[in-house]
Amino acid sequence: MTELATISEAKKLHRQFYEDVMSMPGGEKIKICQQCGTCTGSCPTSYLMDWGPREIIAAFRAGMIDRVVKSNTIWLCTSCYSCTVRCPAGIKITDLMYELKRIAIKYDLAPKDGKSPAMTKYFVDSVHKHGRNHEVELMAKFMLTKDWGLPFKFAGTGLKLFTAGRLPLFAKNIKGKDELDKISAYLEAQEAKAQ
Amino acid sequence: MAEDKIAVYLCHCGTNIAGKVDVDKVVAWAAEQPNVAIAREYKYMCSDPGQDLIKEDIQQHGINRVVVAACSPTMHEPTFRKAAADAGLNPYLLQMANVREHCSWVTVDKDEATEKAKRILNAQIHRLPFNEALEPIEVPVNPAVMVVGGGIAGIEAALKLAATGKKVYLVEKNPSIGGHMAMFDKTFPTLDCAACILTPKMSAAGKDPNIELMAYSEVVEVDGYVGNFKVKVNKKARYVNTDTCTGCAACLDACVVRKVLSEFDQGLGKRSAIYIPFPQAVPLRATIDAEKCLTLKGKKCKQPCTTACGPGAIDFEQQDELVELEVGAIIMATGFELWDPGQDARYGYGRLDNVITSLEFERISNASGPTGGEIVCKNGEPPKSVAILHCIGSRDQNYQEHCSRVCCMYSLKFSHLIKEHLPETEVYELYIDMRCYGKGYEEFYRRVMDEGVHMVRGRAAEVTDLAMSPEEEGRLIVKTEDTLLGIVRRIPADMVILSSGLAPAKDAKAVSQTFGFGCSADGFFLERHPKLEPVSTITDGIFIAGCCQYPKDIPDTVAQAGAAAAGALALVDNATVKVEPTISYIDPEKCCGCHICVGLCPHVAIQYNEELKVAEVITAACKGCGVCVAACGSNVPQQHGYLDDQIFAEIEGAMAF
Amino acid sequence: MRYLYYPGCSSEATGKAYDISTRAMMDKLGVELVELDDWNCCGATSYFNVRELDSFAIAARNLAIAQKQGDEDLCVICNACYTTLAKTNRYMAESPEVHEAVNGALGAVGRAYDGTKAVRHVMDVLINDIGLEALGEKVTRRLTGLKVACYYGCQYSRPMGAFDDTEFPVTMDQFFQALGAETVDFAGKAKCCGGMMMLTKEEGALRLCHELLKGAQDGGADVIVCACPLCEMNLEGYQPRVNKTFGTSYDIPVMYLTQLAGLAFGASPKELALDKQVVPCDRVVAAIPA
Repeated sequence: MTELATISEAKKLHRQFYEDVMSMPGGEKIKICQQCGTCTGSCPTSYLMDWGPREIIAAFRAGMIDRVVKSNTIWLCTSCYSCTVRCPAGIKITDLMYELKRIAIKYDLAPKDGKSPAMTKYFVDSVHKHGRNHEVELMAKFMLTKDWGLPFKFAGTGLKLFTAGRLPLFAKNIKGKDELDKISAYLEAQEAKAQ
Repeated sequence: MAEDKIAVYLCHCGTNIAGKVDVDKVVAWAAEQPNVAIAREYKYMCSDPGQDLIKEDIQQHGINRVVVAACSPTMHEPTFRKAAADAGLNPYLLQMANVREHCSWVTVDKDEATEKAKRILNAQIHRLPFNEALEPIEVPVNPAVMVVGGGIAGIEAALKLAATGKKVYLVEKNPSIGGHMAMFDKTFPTLDCAACILTPKMSAAGKDPNIELMAYSEVVEVDGYVGNFKVKVNKKARYVNTDTCTGCAACLDACVVRKVLSEFDQGLGKRSAIYIPFPQAVPLRATIDAEKCLTLKGKKCKQPCTTACGPGAIDFEQQDELVELEVGAIIMATGFELWDPGQDARYGYGRLDNVITSLEFERISNASGPTGGEIVCKNGEPPKSVAILHCIGSRDQNYQEHCSRVCCMYSLKFSHLIKEHLPETEVYELYIDMRCYGKGYEEFYRRVMDEGVHMVRGRAAEVTDLAMSPEEEGRLIVKTEDTLLGIVRRIPADMVILSSGLAPAKDAKAVSQTFGFGCSADGFFLERHPKLEPVSTITDGIFIAGCCQYPKDIPDTVAQAGAAAAGALALVDNATVKVEPTISYIDPEKCCGCHICVGLCPHVAIQYNEELKVAEVITAACKGCGVCVAACGSNVPQQHGYLDDQIFAEIEGAMAF
Repeated sequence: MRYLYYPGCSSEATGKAYDISTRAMMDKLGVELVELDDWNCCGATSYFNVRELDSFAIAARNLAIAQKQGDEDLCVICNACYTTLAKTNRYMAESPEVHEAVNGALGAVGRAYDGTKAVRHVMDVLINDIGLEALGEKVTRRLTGLKVACYYGCQYSRPMGAFDDTEFPVTMDQFFQALGAETVDFAGKAKCCGGMMMLTKEEGALRLCHELLKGAQDGGADVIVCACPLCEMNLEGYQPRVNKTFGTSYDIPVMYLTQLAGLAFGASPKELALDKQVVPCDRVVAAIPA
C-alpha cells in the first residue's frame, strides 16, 4: 500500500478522511463517542483485530490515520451490526467501518495482499458482469489469486456441493445487466461534479 | 391619552441585543413616535442604575407610561414593574418589548433585526395608551401544606414545616412511609445503616402533632391556585381499622395466603395477603392486598386473620374514603423508579439466574432481607466472583440519555459490602467513568480500591451462559472490553449485579398534569429554572423535591427537601398572597346569559348567577387564560391587561411597517 | 395471499435449497409468490465496501422493478438481502441526499423509485400476515419431539429490529413451536457466523461457528434451522472443518427454516431439496412422526 511518507501528506489525508466520514449520514456522531468499549466488547471478531473499533474511532479523532489504514480492523468486520444496536451514543459503527473500507480502497491504501479487499473487488466485478453474483466464479477467482490451499481444505465439501447441484459452473446474465454499469457511471459523474 | 408621556428604554443587554440590533437607530426612531417623551438606551436596564433611570424619569419628567425593550417578560417584568411602583407609577402601566428572545437571539441579519426591534417596540408604543392602572388582588393564604410522597424527601420537608408550627398533610401511596431508602442496606460513603438513620425521622413524622400522616392514600384531583389549593385525596381501604390495629402482626402468620411476592423485598421474599411491608413501618398497621385476599376476591376463607386479631381490627366492609383538603402550598416528593433491565436482553435479566438489580442486591445484603443478610446465589451458595455492571439504562441513547448520578457510588458500596461479608470473593466493577463527586466520595473510591476490588474500565457488552472452556462451565460470563488494557475480557461471575439507572415514575407525566406543571425531556418533573429555581415549578405554590425532579443522592435530597419546605413556608407564612389582577371581567349589563363561557372555563372560575341571569367571574379562581374572552359570541368578557383595545392597538403597531 | 418474491443470488447456487423449499412451502400454504422480473444482485455486504450510493442504487433497482410489477409487499428469504433492501428504504427515507442520488441514478436507466415498497422477511410474512393460528391449522405432520435450535444470525433483526428484538429474537422459535416442535434457547441464536470471513479469514469464522454449534449442542438440539444461505453454508458445509480445527465432534444437521417447516406442512423431502444437504438430514426427517 502507499506509504504515508510525510506528516503533511498524512494531515491532508486526515482532513479528506474527516470530511468523507462527516459527509456520510450519521457520520458526525463519532464526535460524541465516549470510548465506553461496548463496540469492541460486542464485536465477534475484535479479538482478531490489532485495534478494536473503539480504538479506531479514537485513532481517527486523534488524526492517527496511519494506524487506521494499516490496521486489519475494518477488513475483519463482518457487518453483524451488534456494535450499532448497542452503542449508547447511537453511532452507526458498522456504516463507519464500511466508510473506512471505501476510503481505503479509494485512496489505494488497502493492503495489496489482503484477502478481504480482493474478495470485495471480485464480488463487484461479478455483479457488474452478470447482474448477479456468480458464486462459483467468485470462489474460483479468489482461490486462484489468494488462497491456493482453499481447494484442498474444501475438497470433500466441495464435491458434495457440486454433486448436489449447488455449484453451477455457468451463470446466466440478467437482461438489464448493462443498467448496473450505467448506474455506476452516473454516480461517478455526479461525484466528479461535486468536486 | 393625549397627555400620555411614554418613556422608551432600549437595553443593550451587553452584546446580546446591541450586538445585533442597531440601538442608536432604534432609539432615534423611537424618540420621534407619537406620545413618546423620552427615549434612552442603556447597557443593562435590569441593574440598579438602569432601574434608577426609569424611576427618575417618572418622578422628574411626569412620565406616565413606560416600555422597556429588553429581554423576555418572564425574566424581568417583575423587576421593572417594581421599579415603576417604587417611583409611584402603577406597575401595569409598564410593558416590556421582547427584543432579545424574540429578535436579536433569533435573527441572523443585523438590518432585519433592527427593523424587527422597531416593529416590536412600535406594538407596545401603540398599546400603552390603552393600558389601565390595575391593583393586585390579595387573596388569603391557607397556612396548611400538603407533601405528596413519603420517602426521605417528603419526610424531611414535612418535618421542617411542622417544626415551624404549620399543619402538614403527608400523603403516601404505599402502606408505609420510607420510600426507597427504607429498602437500602448501608448508605455511602459513611456506611450508615439506612434504616437506622431513616427510622427516627419516620417515627418523628408519624408522631408529630402537626403532621397528619395519610399513608395508603393517593391524590386524585387538584383544583385551585396558589394559597388556595383544593385537593381530593383517596384514602384507600386497608380493610383494617387503623385506630384499633396495634401492628402486632399476629394476622400475618395466621393468613393462609403465604406466597405473595413481596414488593418491598423486590420479589425475592414472600409475604401474606395481609401484610406489614417491613417491621419498622410507619404507620405500623396491617393492610390487606385485595388482589390476593381470598375473602375479598369472593372465595371461601375461614378468615384466621380475624380470629388472630386481638383488637378485632379486621374490617372486610371497609371502603375507600375520598376526602377534600384545603392547603396553601404543595410539595411533590414522589421519587423515582428503578429502570427495568429486562428491557435490554443482552444482560440476561429475567432469563439467566443470578443476574440481579441493585435494589435486589440491597435486599439480599440487608440483614432484615429475604436471605437474612447472607450474600448468596439462587442456589444458596455464596458467590466466588461478583461482577457489578455500571450504566445499565443510563447514558444510553437507546434507553435513557441521562446519567443517574448515584449508581457509581452505590456500586462501590456494593463492592465494599461484598468484600466485608465474603473477603475471599473476587469483585469486579465494570464502569465507563467513576463519578465520585460528593463529600467523602473520592476517598470512599480509594478505600474500595484498597480493598482489592478489580476496576475494569469498560461498559459490559453482554452477559452470557455459553461456556467456551471448562473453567467457564456453569458460570455467568461477562464479556467486556477492558479499554485501559485494550483487550476483550471474559470475566466469570457467579453473580452479576446490574447497576440500573433511576427512571421517572411511570405515571410522572400524568401526575404532573393533575397538579398543573410539566416534565422535562428526560421525563422528570420540570423545575422553574434549572440553575436558580430548582424547587419551584411553573405553577405558583407547587414545589418539587428529591428524585422526582432528577436523580440525586440522599444528602442532596435532604437539602432540596429543606429548600422546598423553605419555599412553601415563604408562601404560607404570610396571611395573604398577591395574585396578578390580569383576570377576566363580565359586564352584567352586556351578558345575555348563554352559559357558553361557564362550561368552557378550564379553571371552573365562572358561575351562573341565577338571580341576575348572567355569568360571573369568581375573581379569586380566575387565572386570566382568556378562553372566555375568545369564546363569547357577544364579546362581553374583557381581560384586564389584555383589553380588546390594547390587543388591537398592539396589532396595529406591529403592522404599521 | 400474494407476494412479490426476491430469491437472491445464492438461490441459484449454494442456497438453492432455500429457494426451492420456500416455493414448496408457500405452495402448501396457498400463498402465491411472483418472482421479481429480471432482478439483480442486492449488493449484500460486499458492495457497501466499495461504494455506498451505488449500493443503494442497485438495490433500489429491484425495488423500482417491484413497484412497477405489483402492489404486493416484497418477500425476501435471505437475511442479507432483506437487510440490504430494507436499509435502502430506510436511508432513502432519512436522507434526502440518498433519495435524490438513487433516483438520479435510476433515472439514468429509465427507472424511478419513491422509497415506499415494503420489504418483508419471509418469517415476518409467516408470523404477522398468515399468523400462528392459521399456520398451526395447516400443519399435517406435527414436529412433536423434535428439538429445534433456531439460528437467526445477524441480519435477521439487526440493525432494523423491524419485526423482532435485536438481541434475543423469538419469532422463529414461536413459529416452530406452533408447528409442534420444542425449541432450544441458546446463547448464540443471534450471534455472527462469520459470513464471508470463512473465505477471507477462516480461523475467525470457524471459531464463531464452533461457539454456535456448542450452544446448540449444549441445548440438545436435533437440528439447526437458518434464515440465510451464508449462515447455512458456514454451519453445515464447514462443520467438518470446525471439528478438525477444534477437535470437536459436532454432528448436527442444519437446514433452512423453510425446509423443516415445509415438512410440517406436508411437503416431501425431495420437494424441499433435502437431498442437497452436505450433513445428511435423514434422521431428522425420520424423527418427525408421520
